[in-house]
Amino acid sequence: MAIEPVSAKRVWGVSGASLVALAAALAVLPLIGSVRIDYSRALAGASPDYEIFFRARLPRVLLSGIVGGVLATAGVLFQALLRDALATPYTLGVSSGASLGAVLAIVFGWSSIAGLSGLWAAAFLGAGITLLLVMTVASERRHLSSFTLLLAGVTINSIATALILFFHNLASFSQSFAITRWLMGGIEPVPYVTLAWLAVATLPVILWLFWTAREWNLLSIGEEWAAVRGVSTSRLLLIGYITASFLTASVTSFTGPIGFVGLIVPHALRMAFGADHRLLIPASFLLGATFLALCDTIARVLLAPAEIPVGVVTALLGGPFFIWMLRSKRRSLWL
Amino acid sequence: MSYGRHEVLRAVTLDLPAGAVVTITGPNGAGKSTLLSILGGLRREYAGSCRFHDREVRGWTRRAFAQQVSVVPQRVQMEFPFTAEQVVTMGRTPFCNGLFESPEDHAAVERAMQITDTVEFRSRDFRSLSGGERQRVVLASALAQTPRVLLLDEPTTFLDPEHQVSLFRILRGLAGKGVLVVAVTHDLNIAARCSDRLIMLRAGEMRAAGRPAEVLEPATIRNVFSVDAQIHQTPAGIPWIFYGD
Repeated sequence: MAIEPVSAKRVWGVSGASLVALAAALAVLPLIGSVRIDYSRALAGASPDYEIFFRARLPRVLLSGIVGGVLATAGVLFQALLRDALATPYTLGVSSGASLGAVLAIVFGWSSIAGLSGLWAAAFLGAGITLLLVMTVASERRHLSSFTLLLAGVTINSIATALILFFHNLASFSQSFAITRWLMGGIEPVPYVTLAWLAVATLPVILWLFWTAREWNLLSIGEEWAAVRGVSTSRLLLIGYITASFLTASVTSFTGPIGFVGLIVPHALRMAFGADHRLLIPASFLLGATFLALCDTIARVLLAPAEIPVGVVTALLGGPFFIWMLRSKRRSLWL
Repeated sequence: MSYGRHEVLRAVTLDLPAGAVVTITGPNGAGKSTLLSILGGLRREYAGSCRFHDREVRGWTRRAFAQQVSVVPQRVQMEFPFTAEQVVTMGRTPFCNGLFESPEDHAAVERAMQITDTVEFRSRDFRSLSGGERQRVVLASALAQTPRVLLLDEPTTFLDPEHQVSLFRILRGLAGKGVLVVAVTHDLNIAARCSDRLIMLRAGEMRAAGRPAEVLEPATIRNVFSVDAQIHQTPAGIPWIFYGD
């Protein structure tokens, strides 16, 4: 089966269509919920439509969009760096490190660290320390071995999980509930200023990844393949792992671990558009954002007024879709 | 050049001229691929000196070096569904600025695919191609780099006779245009047929170097490969080697 060639027209066409899909999702999804609201009333500032739209739903939809886009892009990047189609943003243990930090913040009551939310700061620090440990273990003579990184990631993941269980055991009933909620992953409304900071921290990184997409193409085939085509592979690998982990940590610190997005979105898009990162990176960010915003809306309304963790929805939607992809005729384009 | 305490290459002194096809041969573990990877700038931690255009190879930036030197590895494994054309186009990376290829890049890709007879499967997933087809696509990717030096590791392993002959023609054509071609091979008959100069390695040392007709002697082959050989000649005067009694 033939795969369409990548041209500027196709890249901008796919990116434009994905942007339209995301814009439509961001416009429509805040209207959906257990309470019916009216767009014109919300825009006119009429209560309670204004409060529900602008204070409860829109920030949540925007957060889920940023998180979904970032996780899907981090998944693409980890898969290229490790040359492993099963790699996810959590493969190196970054989410376990973030979870351990969050659990410590809950158990020891760190409400604030350096003026930041204690939970967020501890989760981010946990992710950073985990990455540092994994990279220190895996580096050999200033070179990072993908295989050793994978093994180090799996090992440190296990240690972090054991520590999470240990501290969970020490927790009170209310702390235990908070820990369980965090570990399930979920999207909560956050202030617009927080959303702005998150966007400022992650969007330039995503744009840089898109701009260097040609180098990720080469690296996803092999280090020597990339090196003989002019890429400084040691530098790019180091920057790639730090970038992908930073992206993962920055969103996981807000939401806890949300599975499947970083795995199925890249796979589905590779099946649709091929492996070229000039298409894959913008499409993964924009459609990953659309996918998680949609999943979070389902999580809000399925058992309203109760909510289910968004990770449950991503797995329940993503799992069967993944199986369908495995059985589909186009699987030869992907596996 | 060492891996840990194991010394892989020593006492190798070469001067490789432009416009020649040079073949490096030797038994397993002789250091052929290591030598090729030093020449290709892939191993930068070597003792001694390896210079290209009067500059140490490790002193070149990767991009500038890749604009002059391309490498065809023996085998390429891919995890993701790149098309044959995308694989060839990757050869233009050292010349590209920005996200997309220029018309000159597309022209170089088209030429490389025509020379290697790979146009017909340009849109196919690289992983769905046969071993020989893959090898031709990888060669096309290296040719798209428009190199002044082309390094090949066992380039005929998966090729059928028709495409082996075609490869010889391509390599000779490149040498005729001033390109230095260096190929690693186990096959002495291929080395005899297509090279201007043959280098024989054993245990990291250069045991013989010169024109194939001068180097390919039963005693030298026994010394390098530990096997008896008979040397005959084709009607064109090219040495033809039979192994064993």
